Amino acid sequence: MTESDGGRGWFERAGSADPADAAETVTAGTAEEPRDWPALAVERGYVDAESEYYDRLREATTAAARAAAAERERADDRQLLHAVRAMDDAERVANELAERVAEWAGTLFPDAGTGVEGCLDLAERDPDGPVEERVVSLASRVADLDREADELRAFIESRAPVAAPNLASMAGPVLAARLISLAGGLETLAKKPSGTLQVLGAEDALFAHLRGHGSSPKHGVIYTHEYVRGTRPEDRGSASRALAGKLTIAARIDHYAGDRRPELEAELNERIRTIRARAEDGDAGGDGGGSDE
Amino acid sequence: MSDDGIAGDADREPDGSLPAGVSRRRVDGDDRLCTRGEPVYGEPTDGEWRAWDAGRSKLGGMLELGMETGLVGGETALYLGAANGTTVGHVADFAGPTYAVEFSPRPVRDLLDVCESRSNLFPLLKDARRPETYAHVVEADCDVLVQDVATRGQADVAARNRRFLADDGRLLLAVKARSEDVAAAPEAVFETVLAELRETYEVLETRRLDRFHDDHLGVVATPR
Repeated sequence: MTESDGGRGWFERAGSADPADAAETVTAGTAEEPRDWPALAVERGYVDAESEYYDRLREATTAAARAAAAERERADDRQLLHAVRAMDDAERVANELAERVAEWAGTLFPDAGTGVEGCLDLAERDPDGPVEERVVSLASRVADLDREADELRAFIESRAPVAAPNLASMAGPVLAARLISLAGGLETLAKKPSGTLQVLGAEDALFAHLRGHGSSPKHGVIYTHEYVRGTRPEDRGSASRALAGKLTIAARIDHYAGDRRPELEAELNERIRTIRARAEDGDAGGDGGGSDE
Repeated sequence: MSDDGIAGDADREPDGSLPAGVSRRRVDGDDRLCTRGEPVYGEPTDGEWRAWDAGRSKLGGMLELGMETGLVGGETALYLGAANGTTVGHVADFAGPTYAVEFSPRPVRDLLDVCESRSNLFPLLKDARRPETYAHVVEADCDVLVQDVATRGQADVAARNRRFLADDGRLLLAVKARSEDVAAAPEAVFETVLAELRETYEVLETRRLDRFHDDHLGVVATPR
């Protein structure tokens, strides 16, 4: 803001008397110091009386808050859901195409690598003749998809902490987005019991278990979390139950309140420390020990 | 009470220092603090009075414990950390122009419902750590600054928002220990926050709010 704005209130910046314009200056304006705006508004002829000033102020602040809240929310969980699905699609297609490229490239380039890595290398080569041209072109599509997946991941990492601050902080942004995606949105995730969140992504195993085949799954996508994967197998059930419990609370806070609660994370860290201490105690532990919250 | 530490003494009898517009009434068989206004979340009512639940509101807890808030009613108020409007709705019931700052979009939806029936309540979706983003809207010389923000640096937020407060105004602050440091002992956190606060404010009274809110300290202060 320029210095000349220092002495100007929100009501003096609007391009017109239109309430939408006034709301915009409430949202976007700044000033270093507050002043006696109600008196200045009368003095400068914006309104006839202070009571009228407060009516206009209410109109403008209400409209501004409503618009700003709606805009910030639009940016939120639905966008994450699409982004994480798109990232998975990009990675899956890149891998599929890379297999095709590897098979084909093997007939032309004896030193051709495999997988997405191999394609990144092939994409840089100068093709000799129309056949190589096709293979190198196909490899460069894989490289593009791989780059797109990276960019989607970066997007998720920047947006998840805004959409779901507690969940993103505790689960990590990508796992947070995956849970939101599997549940179909932050609101539906917030309404699920912790036992459901625990096995989100393990539906096949869960339904096999319900049909009477096999044991119940201990974890779904939360397996990717260090607190599950880094815990010894016999304690993973406890770890994933504890993690799912706290992530469920985090999702509910994010949906219904929206503020950061670092104490929740501290409680989870403490709980996992206790579970992992079983290994050092030489305790047989196992998954049955039921004192998890 | 002087500013020489954190009061943890036995409950004092609430005195008659409630602001005009706040009243102790019998609601559902209990003596409750009440204000006059549209109910917000289904709280119990007695005619036009609605109960102010000290367990949901740090400021309600401070009044319930009889802290000398200096509130008389009709103040111009700036409220930081309005959340979904539970407390700021009561403030708007007894105060004059009331500015409600909240940074999270989700609670602002509920806050807007509270504003609906209150012509003196102005919602601002702003970050309380950046007062320059609302100084063009909030008027100078407010009588009272109420702060209940759950972020690290609560003393810093109070210092930055000093500019809105009249020289003889009151800061009514609820310090949440766990927002500053989840691991440290609350007493230690409170001492640190108060020491920083004293650079810009004179602390008039402090009191633990634990009866209503775990690990919270109520602070009444005035600009230095």
